[in-house]
Amino acid sequence: MFNLHTRRRISNVVFVSFATACFCVALVPLIAILYETVSQGAAAISVNLFTKVTPPIGETGGGILNAIEGSLVMVGLASLFGVPVGVLAGAYLSEYQGKFAYYVRLVAEVLTGVPSIVTGIFVYELIVATQHRFSALSGGIALGFMIIPIVAISTHESLKLVSSSIREGGFALGISRAKTLVYILLSSARSGVITGIALAVARVMGETAPLLFTALGSQFMMTGINDPAASLTLSIFDFGTSPYDSAHTLAWGAALVLLAIVLGLNVIVRLASRLKVTGTE
Amino acid sequence: MSNPDENRSQRRGRFPDFFFLIILIAAVLIPIITLLMLYEIGNGSLASIEAFGVSFLWGQDWIPNPPGGGPPVLGALPAIYGSVVTTVIALLLAVPISLGVALFQTELAPRKVRAPSLFLIEMLAAVPSVVYGLWGLLALVPFMSTYVFPQLQTYLGFLPLFQGPNTGLGMLTAGVILAIMIIPYGSSVMREVIAAVPRNQREGSIALGATNWEMVKTSVIPYARTGIIAAIVLAMGRAIGETMAVTMVIGNVARISPSLFLPAETIPSVIANEFTEVAGNDVYLASLFELALILFAIALIMNMVGRVIVNRLSFKVRGDARV
Repeated sequence: MFNLHTRRRISNVVFVSFATACFCVALVPLIAILYETVSQGAAAISVNLFTKVTPPIGETGGGILNAIEGSLVMVGLASLFGVPVGVLAGAYLSEYQGKFAYYVRLVAEVLTGVPSIVTGIFVYELIVATQHRFSALSGGIALGFMIIPIVAISTHESLKLVSSSIREGGFALGISRAKTLVYILLSSARSGVITGIALAVARVMGETAPLLFTALGSQFMMTGINDPAASLTLSIFDFGTSPYDSAHTLAWGAALVLLAIVLGLNVIVRLASRLKVTGTE
Repeated sequence: MSNPDENRSQRRGRFPDFFFLIILIAAVLIPIITLLMLYEIGNGSLASIEAFGVSFLWGQDWIPNPPGGGPPVLGALPAIYGSVVTTVIALLLAVPISLGVALFQTELAPRKVRAPSLFLIEMLAAVPSVVYGLWGLLALVPFMSTYVFPQLQTYLGFLPLFQGPNTGLGMLTAGVILAIMIIPYGSSVMREVIAAVPRNQREGSIALGATNWEMVKTSVIPYARTGIIAAIVLAMGRAIGETMAVTMVIGNVARISPSLFLPAETIPSVIANEFTEVAGNDVYLASLFELALILFAIALIMNMVGRVIVNRLSFKVRGDARV
């Protein structure tokens, strides 16, 4: 009914509009979540939110100070061992490109796809069950296990981008391979490595499932890392699933704080690395 | 380390062995952690494997504490059923949209739109799962129950899929939120494999006068087909393991019913909900470990298969001249 030319134009217009529509549809939830969190969370923002600990569920008042403390402490503990191990493993992957390195890289990629609740139950069996107590330490270890493969992969990727002439320059000067790696390769890949670390930290900051059976949650400030700990994510889960309006408000407040930290880190890192990229091109 | 031969010490330069050892240990830790996970979780499930054997996989009852006392009767089928149904719903919605997003970003978006579009999808991926859950429970559930469920019931209510009470909670809502969550991941893997299609393929078809659609249909999709399937497998692995958001909107009832409106449960949601309630019931605890073991095995297989395919494709490209 249409001639060939028109049919081709129509099929093309259909394709272009479909793909563009898909992109727009994918953004609707992002806008909805940001709108809802900001508008509902704004009601919860007050001095109390940052100076008081979480109330028993169903009671009004209180804040999320202990949750913020718990999140920062556990992510700190996780970074303390997860980041160095991840960076060194990434260095290994780029230095030795044999079969073994290929399989380690593959396992790291598979590990990033393992559901985080599996990591949680693993650390429960490994640490909580043997120590007979829930603790911030075990929560930090669970998050650290998640950081290692993410950072290893991102470090490997950034080191791959360093041109081989820079590496050879180091060798030509007679510098040892270790020093070449640390002073030349890692330092030229610095911005990429740091980007990867920051994104990994932002990612585990938002994790809940690994903390359910390790940090458990708590209504008090910690006295040490052997205490059970609250976290922003655990508070969002506990207060969000309770039937009380006051608890919901607190959950939205915690969600707003968490989103500000996580998305803030993402935005800063991506803007900074993009400036770097466009600067060198 | 005693007396290395001439050749080897030359090849390594003055590379100190201890430094090599440190980065080797860091790298070896990654497979070790994975094996340790398998061992510990397998160890934790022993009591359940002994009690129920393979029939755990198709047992339909989930009675941790039988009312009259006696040993618990636990079967994983309701959780497996819920995981399969929610994942299928999620893939039906997310696969076409992810593909559309990936094609928009690689083939259509002008330079100035491309970077912001990547950025926005990355933001969607960065939103924590529990925030999706909170939004799902307090905003999406009421929306589904007010607008979507009644419409489905009016027009498709003759199907058993869309019968039942309308609470907004249940497998359909869980599937929708899963779809939203895997779109950024699915589309980014699809973008990776579509970008791996050599540029001269595209230029060839454009030189022949093809429209955008004809170019995509004849040169991009056929070349990227394997990779797109791998991306779907990887997205499926993510969807099956997703815990918090699903736990918050699915309603958590052990039940096998065709109705997508009824509360149900998935493998990770059972673990998340019931783990702290086992209180000394060893077989119950072990059965939750066995669920985690099943989940772990599924995730390992899907990620392994998906990653091997994607890596092979993008490796092939590094040889090609892609500018």
